[in-house]
Amino acid sequence: MAKRLDLKDVNIFYGRFHAVDNVTLSVAPRSVTAFIGPSGCGKSTVLRTLNRMHEVIPGARVEGEVLLDGENIYGSSVDPVGVRRTIGMVFQRPNPFPTMSIRDNVVAGLKLQGRKSRKELDEVAERALRGANLWNEVKDRLTKPGGGLSGGQQQRLCIARAIAVQPDVLLMDEPCSALDPISTLAIEDLIAELKTEYTIVIVTHNMQQAARVSDQTAFFNLRATGEPGRLVEIDDTPKMFSNPTQQATEDYISGRFG
Amino acid sequence: MSTSVDLDKSAVEPTFVGISGGRRARNALATGLMTLAFLIALVPLVWVVWTVVSKGLAPVLTGHWWSESLNGLLARQQGGGAYHAIVGTLLQGLVCAVLATPIGIMVAIYLVEYGAGTRLARATTFMVDILTGVPSIVAALFVYAVWISIFGLPRSAFAVSLALVLLMVPVVVRSTEEMLRIVPDDLREAAYALGVPKWKTIVKVVIPTALSGMLTGIVLALARVMGETAPVLILVAYAPFINFDIFQGNMASLPLLMTVERSNPTDAGADRLWGAAITLILIITLFQLLAAFLSKVTAPKTK
Repeated sequence: MAKRLDLKDVNIFYGRFHAVDNVTLSVAPRSVTAFIGPSGCGKSTVLRTLNRMHEVIPGARVEGEVLLDGENIYGSSVDPVGVRRTIGMVFQRPNPFPTMSIRDNVVAGLKLQGRKSRKELDEVAERALRGANLWNEVKDRLTKPGGGLSGGQQQRLCIARAIAVQPDVLLMDEPCSALDPISTLAIEDLIAELKTEYTIVIVTHNMQQAARVSDQTAFFNLRATGEPGRLVEIDDTPKMFSNPTQQATEDYISGRFG
Repeated sequence: MSTSVDLDKSAVEPTFVGISGGRRARNALATGLMTLAFLIALVPLVWVVWTVVSKGLAPVLTGHWWSESLNGLLARQQGGGAYHAIVGTLLQGLVCAVLATPIGIMVAIYLVEYGAGTRLARATTFMVDILTGVPSIVAALFVYAVWISIFGLPRSAFAVSLALVLLMVPVVVRSTEEMLRIVPDDLREAAYALGVPKWKTIVKVVIPTALSGMLTGIVLALARVMGETAPVLILVAYAPFINFDIFQGNMASLPLLMTVERSNPTDAGADRLWGAAITLILIITLFQLLAAFLSKVTAPKTK
């Protein structure tokens, strides 16, 4: 559980387009790291390279190393399917499987990965739903379709689905951008709880959110459109928001840019 | 000098005004034209249904129509039924569906999930488009050339099914492809992110999500090819008796029964012709109802 992530000289490409230039950073276990920056700066792209989801897009490739507790997930003998089992992901828009019930959505990962008894799956479903603070709201309708829940509940269902496979790292790509403030608060509280067990990396457009939930913050930017995105600065969140080293970071955080 | 003020009149011009006369007129004209077009389209439909029902209802309402063949009956002799032809149509359609459905679905899965953008996929799409436009007589003659002239096999119901497969596969590919394409990529990514391999994502997430539309497409494609006449005229001979063997012997089918009875000038012939027409329409309607039902049952639910 909860491993550290190290990126070394990571360059990301879409075909011939150089999307992200030379990122080196470390994420400590049981911490929350927030990626902030303007649209198109490559923060979601970097996030997607952390569990090899980037290469799902035709023509996309990655250079450099991403180390999970020292082991390169881009090693030549590494199965990307295994990487994604270890490093889970929650997406911007809630995407429960429309053909499955709430319970089946939660255990979809385990069920589709291999055999588990009904009883075990029921236990996992309850544990994951409790972990995602959704159990009390759905315990009486576990067999109902996941698509019938509200947006905020669906997103927590997706978080439950991601933690049901017990990953070492949880990646979140703007998990609250489609949600109202109350649901956002529920997810942020959940992130604070999940931090005790998981390493979390979250992409957000909301700087208050980054300040509230994260231990360290990374600021990404690009010099001009068409140029690759790059990591400007990464530091402890309080320092980033009060006294950043780079002028660009201060401009962005104080709203003078972007 | 005193100026009188009309207190009922508003001080400023109203922001919203009524619909102008010109727009009303154009609206009425367009509505009229569309209603007229609808009525014109309805005329042949009602006419066909009326003709078929008025001429074919009497024989179809007899019990022996659905349970007896025409074996041993003379052309002018009343009685007998279309059971042999119904069996033939359903058997040929079923064999065709069993062959065409897996081929069509797998081609569509290749095109959408694996081959997207590759040269082979583009060539396949092009071929499928051409095949969609192939007339049924060409498909029938092609099967005749390969199956009967080159391989030397006898004319049979199976040869008919092969020709129907040629006609059904492109329709199944097209409809399945459309259905797989509208499954959001979000769902595929959600499954990948859980560590589910690609093939399992397709089998357990993509296909179940698209299943409703896929089934509709398959059943409608089958309903369409079951009425094809050219393959049965060329690839199998008519038989007035019941034949369950698809590989040997003559076999009737509803379109074939109709073409055979067309040359029968007696009242019995006319009854059989129109009875077979009504039966074929009924069977195809039943398949379409089945398609609607399956689509409803398998559609993703939110409640």
